Amino acid sequence: MLQETTTSRMKPAVALEGISKSFPGVKALSGVSLALYPGSVTALIGENGAGKSTLVKILTGIYQPDGGTIRVDGEETHFPTAMAAAHAGVTAIHQETVLFDELSVAENIFLGHAPRGRFGLIDWTKLNNNARDLLRRVGADIDPTIRLRDLGIANKHMVAIARALSIDASVVIMDEPTAALSHKEIHELYELIDRLKADGKAILFISHKFDEIFRIADRYTVFRDGGMVGEGLIADVTQDQLVKMMVGRDVGQVFPKVDVAIGEPVLTVSGYRHPTEFEDINFELRRGEILGFYGLIGAGRSEFMQSLIGITRPSAGAVKLHGEVLVIRSPAEAIEAGIVYVPEERGRQGAIIGLPIFQNVTLPSLQKTSRAGFLKLANEFALARDYTQRLDLRAASLDQDVGTLSGGNQQKVVIAKWLATQPKVIILDEPTKGIDIGSKAAVHAFMSELAGQGLSVIMVSSEIPEIMGMADRVIVMREGRIAGRFERAELTAEKLVRAAAGIGEAA
Amino acid sequence: MAKLLKNREILLVIAIAALLVAITLRFPGFVAPANLARVYNDTSILIILALGQMAVILTRCIDLSMAANLALCGMVAAMINAAFPGIPIPLVILVVVALGALLGSINGLLVWKLEIPPIVVTLGTLTIYRGTIFLLSKGAWINAHQMSDAFKALPRTSLIGFPVLSWLSVLAIAAVYILMTRTPVGRAFFAVGGNPHAAVYTGIDVGRTRFFAYCLSGGLAGLAGYLWVSRYAVAYVDIAAGFELDIIAACVIGGISIAGGIGSVGGAVLGSLFLGVIKNALPVINISPFAQLAISGTVIIIAVAVNARTEKRKGRVILKKAEAV
Repeated sequence: MLQETTTSRMKPAVALEGISKSFPGVKALSGVSLALYPGSVTALIGENGAGKSTLVKILTGIYQPDGGTIRVDGEETHFPTAMAAAHAGVTAIHQETVLFDELSVAENIFLGHAPRGRFGLIDWTKLNNNARDLLRRVGADIDPTIRLRDLGIANKHMVAIARALSIDASVVIMDEPTAALSHKEIHELYELIDRLKADGKAILFISHKFDEIFRIADRYTVFRDGGMVGEGLIADVTQDQLVKMMVGRDVGQVFPKVDVAIGEPVLTVSGYRHPTEFEDINFELRRGEILGFYGLIGAGRSEFMQSLIGITRPSAGAVKLHGEVLVIRSPAEAIEAGIVYVPEERGRQGAIIGLPIFQNVTLPSLQKTSRAGFLKLANEFALARDYTQRLDLRAASLDQDVGTLSGGNQQKVVIAKWLATQPKVIILDEPTKGIDIGSKAAVHAFMSELAGQGLSVIMVSSEIPEIMGMADRVIVMREGRIAGRFERAELTAEKLVRAAAGIGEAA
Repeated sequence: MAKLLKNREILLVIAIAALLVAITLRFPGFVAPANLARVYNDTSILIILALGQMAVILTRCIDLSMAANLALCGMVAAMINAAFPGIPIPLVILVVVALGALLGSINGLLVWKLEIPPIVVTLGTLTIYRGTIFLLSKGAWINAHQMSDAFKALPRTSLIGFPVLSWLSVLAIAAVYILMTRTPVGRAFFAVGGNPHAAVYTGIDVGRTRFFAYCLSGGLAGLAGYLWVSRYAVAYVDIAAGFELDIIAACVIGGISIAGGIGSVGGAVLGSLFLGVIKNALPVINISPFAQLAISGTVIIIAVAVNARTEKRKGRVILKKAEAV
C-alpha cells in the first residue's frame, strides 16, 4: 500500500502514528497514521464520518488521542491544548473561518501575539505594518485596518492564512477551503497554496472535490470508517481508484438519471425581477422534469428561489401554476400552492433540533392534520410514519428528538417534511453540497424517483457533474440574469462555464 | 426530548420533595395538607405569570415588562372598581385581561415589525407602563376601603375546598397546556425558538408567532394584575416591582432554555412552586429575608448549571446514536 518514492527521503514535518480515538460507543479512529511533508500538499479523502474531522481536531490539540504518537520534526510530543498545537506550528483553516468579525484584519492576524511596545502596550503601528507585509506575502490586497466583517469569505481565508504565517506555522490544515469560494477565488487560493509549498510548508488539504485534489495535491491519504485504507502519490493513482478506496465498493454509475416522459408545463415564471438581486427571469417547468440552475456563487439563483416562495417580494413578475395565476406572499402560501423549497444550509435552515421527528415532519402540514384548530397527534404520527418509511428512515421511534439522528437521517426527515406537503414543484438548493459520494448517489436516485412520480424538480447546483448528470434542461444565471439555456442533448461543461463566467458567445 | 424533559421535571419534583423534607425536620407543620394548599395558593400568581413568560422565552424572546404590565392592569382594575363599584367583577377581569394583552401586543409589534431586540423593547415598555400608572393615579394609592367587598373577596372565595385564586391558576395551567401541546401556534412557539431560520421555510411567520407569545404573556399579566391588587387590597405605582426577575427565575429553574425552543408547562409550574416553597418556608424556619434573596439566587445558578450539564450529556448521547443508526 505504501508507495514511498521521492518524499521518503524527507523527514515529515508532523507525523501521526497509530492514532486511536473513541467516544462513548463510537470508535472514531483506529490506529491511523498520517505524515505531512514540508513543501508538499497531502489530500485527506474520505466519506462523511470517515474520521477526517476527528483527525484534524487531534492534530490541532482540541481532542486528545486515546493511543498513538504525534511527532513534530521527529520528536515525540503531545498537544494538550489548541495553544500547544499552535506553538508547535500546526494551524488550521476551517470551512467557516474561526475569526473575529468585529476586530480589524490586523488584530485578527496577531491576536494573542501582538507586537508590544513600551509598558507592554500593543504597538499599533508595528501591528498594522507587519499585517500589511504578511497580507502582501499571501498575495491579498486587503487593508489591515478594516474590520473583518467587511470582507468576503475568500478574503477571510486569506486573513486566516496570513495568521498562519504570522505564527510561523510549518503545517497548514485546510478543511474544505473552497466550499464557499467562486471560480476566480479558488484559482487565487491554488496560487497561494503553490506559494506556501514553495515556502516549505506542509499542507493537509481536505476536500470532496476530485478535480481540485488532482490539481493541487502531491500525496493522498484515504480514510474509511475510522481507518486508513490507502496512501501514496497522486501521480500514481486515478480518480476511480480513489473513489473505490473511499467507498470500498464500485459506485457504478454515479448519476442514476432515469428517463421520464416530460409532460405539460406546470410552472411558468415570467418577467420576474427584484430591485437589487435579479431581473428578467422567464422560464417554464414541466411535469416530470428536472430543471438545473447553474451559476457561480452569488449569481442570484438562491435569491430568486427565495423570492419565488415568498420570503422576499419581487418588484415585478408573474407566476402561473397549471395555467392559473398565483400570488405568493409568504412561504405558507407557497406550500399551500404546492411549491416547496429545500434550502441550501440544511443545518441552519432544515431540521428543528429539540422537536421530535414526527413534529419536524408535520410542521408545514399542520393544517392538514389538525381538526377544528386543534392538533391531532394520531394524524401527525400517521403522516410522519408514512413518509419516513418511504425514505427508509432509521430511527428507534418517531417520538425521539431529531437531534439524536445522524446527519444523513436528519436530511431524510427534512425531505420527508417537504414531501408530506404533497408538492407539485420541489426546489432543491445545492442538494448534495458537502455530503459524501455514497449519500450523493442516494439523493440523485431519489431525485429521479420524484421526477418519475410526476413531480417537477428545480435543482440549484454549482457542481457541473451534478448538473450534467441529472438535469433535463439547464438555465445558467450570471449576475442576476439568465445567461444561457441548454437542453440536455447539447450540454457540455465548457458551455456551462462560459455562460456562467460570461465568456464568449453565451446564450 | 420528551424523556429528557421528563427527567428534568422529575429532578425538580425530587428537589422540591427534598426541600420539604429538610423543612419538615425543623418545622413539621409545614407539610400539613392545609399549609401546602396555602403555599400553592400563595404561588398561584407566580405560576400564572411564569406560564406567559415561558411562551415568550420559548420563542427566543424575553418579557421584562410583565410585572409593570401587572401593576398597570391592577391599578386600572382598582380604579374602575373604586369609581364604578357596581360593575360586575368578571367584567372587570375581562377588561384588564384585554388591557394586558393589548400592552403585550405593543411589545410584540415592536419586536415583530421594527425588529428591536426583545430585551430592549420590554425594558422600555417596563418603564413606560410604570410611568403610566403614576400618570393615571397621580401617585396616589388605592386602599382597601376604596375597593368593593366583591372585588376583594373573589380570590379568597372558597370553591370545593380551595380558594378561587388557586382554581384560576389551575385553569391557566390547563389552558396553556392545551395551547402548547394541541394547537399549531403552540407548536410554532417551539419551532421558532428551536430554529427560526428553518421555521421560516416551513411557512411559519416568526414575527407573528412572537407577537402571539407576547399577547399571551400580556393577557396573563393582566389577569395577575387583578389578582394581586384584590388579594393584597391595595394598588400603587410600585406593586410587584422587581417581580419580573422572580418570573424569569421560575422559568429558568423549570428548565426553560433561555436560548429558546426547550421547555414545558410542567417545568414552568414546578419552577414556580420551587421558588414558592422557599419563599414560604424560610421565614418559618427563621431565615432572614436577605438570606432568602441569596438562597434564591444560588438556586437559580444551580438550576442553570444542572440544565447545562443535561444538555452536555445529551451531546454524548447523540454520538452514540449516530453510530448506532
